[in-house]
Amino acid sequence: MDFFNWLNAMPGAAAQGMIWGIMAIGVYITFKILDLADLTVDGSMVTGMATCAMLMAAGWNVWPAMLVAFIAGMLAGLLTGVFHTVMGIPAILSGILTQLILWSVNLKIMGKANQALPARTFDVLLTQLRKYESLVYLFLIVVVLIAVLYWFFGTRYGMSIRSTGCNEKMSRAQGINTDLNKVVGLALSNGIVAFAGSLLAQYSGKADISDGRGAIVIGLAAVIIGEAIVSRMGQSFVIRLTGVMIGGIIYYIVYQTVIFLGLDTDLLKMLSALVVAVFLAVPNLKKKYFSKVKVKAKEAA
Amino acid sequence: MLELKNITKVFNAGTVNEKVALNDLSITLEDGDFVTVIGGNGAGKSTMLNAIAGTFPVDEGHIIIDGTDITRLPEYKRAKFIGRVFQDPMTGTAADMWIEENMSVAMLRGKSRGLKWAIKEADRKTYREMLSRLDLGLEDRLSTKVGLLSGGQRQAITLLMAAINNPKLLLLDEHTAALDPKTAAKVLSITKEIVEESKLTTIMITHNMKDAIAYGNRLIMMNAGKIILDIKGEEKSKLTVEDLLAAFAKAGSDGAANDRMLLI
Repeated sequence: MDFFNWLNAMPGAAAQGMIWGIMAIGVYITFKILDLADLTVDGSMVTGMATCAMLMAAGWNVWPAMLVAFIAGMLAGLLTGVFHTVMGIPAILSGILTQLILWSVNLKIMGKANQALPARTFDVLLTQLRKYESLVYLFLIVVVLIAVLYWFFGTRYGMSIRSTGCNEKMSRAQGINTDLNKVVGLALSNGIVAFAGSLLAQYSGKADISDGRGAIVIGLAAVIIGEAIVSRMGQSFVIRLTGVMIGGIIYYIVYQTVIFLGLDTDLLKMLSALVVAVFLAVPNLKKKYFSKVKVKAKEAA
Repeated sequence: MLELKNITKVFNAGTVNEKVALNDLSITLEDGDFVTVIGGNGAGKSTMLNAIAGTFPVDEGHIIIDGTDITRLPEYKRAKFIGRVFQDPMTGTAADMWIEENMSVAMLRGKSRGLKWAIKEADRKTYREMLSRLDLGLEDRLSTKVGLLSGGQRQAITLLMAAINNPKLLLLDEHTAALDPKTAAKVLSITKEIVEESKLTTIMITHNMKDAIAYGNRLIMMNAGKIILDIKGEEKSKLTVEDLLAAFAKAGSDGAANDRMLLI
């Protein structure tokens, strides 16, 4: 491994990591705040990429294109929310259904399997051709996003979404429309994911129908890594979201490093999934392990 | 105040597990009534409370609070009128949220929740005052996760939350049953204090006959989804456990007077 080559790749890895970190903040809203496993994201990520790429190819400015991508993602989340709450389909299955629907929708948006968005032709905000400039933009976007979410979840309504995810029965007893809140949370989450998709399309200079495959796993990985890092730094919402962001960056730096080390890239998705599986298992294994210790202690006494 | 008119609820209708939980049940509560409810397991006590709260729709009948028919309202909309405390201390509060956050959620029960900042310094002052009357030292722990508190502390907070903004009706579903005797007594005395101070119309289910007699101005006994005994005012104050046991034996020749009912 050439160390300087590796070092050279780091700004790019950090930029990609931040984009996936933004996506992971979307996942955090459903997975951690609402306590729902939402698989819509594999589709809504690409919806965001496709929407942004097609609109810019049609001559739109980058900002409204990103806004429409965000809204398209929200609609995807809305659909999953309706499947789950109105139609009573389990959340995981609702997400899978929407994901499959989005595969067709995304193909229809692009009219083909991929759309190029070369930075030389289009006036994009981010591009791997200008890594440092992209990093600055991403940093600003992340600061604004975290600030807005901090505000939103600190409002009366935001508080009721958190309480919905925390204790549904209590929330209904306190007059909270839990079904509506789940739909709103899913829409917000997928809006952010699609927004991240619009950033990724610009950065990588293309949108491809299969780019979202396994997105949920990367999002979960970032959430889990982030939690592990900041768990000792307090419970503040800002710290947690920052942790998720750092989790995304670390994931991508490790990812790049593993590629540099010459690992077979075919195995990367499998390894990502296994790493997430192990981390998801840790809390459960801990519980088992510690309860055993307690029993032993009792027996000894 | 509260009117239940011919409420019927059948679970698993048309199957071998069919269970008539509420059978043409009617009762009218006056403003400020504090009703204790006793009865064996499966008598329909909790079902009655859940029917009022809207956990499930009833098959027949009407539920009216202060002239408003709430029979068709979803659970979250009924919460405007109703405060609830559950048997399981984990149910009434959000474990991952702070004490002050739980209080703020309860503060807006039945009101619209806009995009205003949820907790201001003035709110904290209110929460502290409310918590200090529990005498559990919780007023200094506003930013403690509720999940870190004991069952008794959580139940006391749930009680405070349920009584916030003086709901028209307070429903207590065996809210001390899961607590140790000392804590249960403490929570009961807080209950009495809050109910009497705000003159809340209250329905309290209990398995403890002494408590059922000692608290409230009215006592009802349920069996097989019906009210089989309804004692008020003067008559209730003279009531003894023996009277209740006798009434129970009379009604429960079908074995309703099970062991749990006899815990006094």
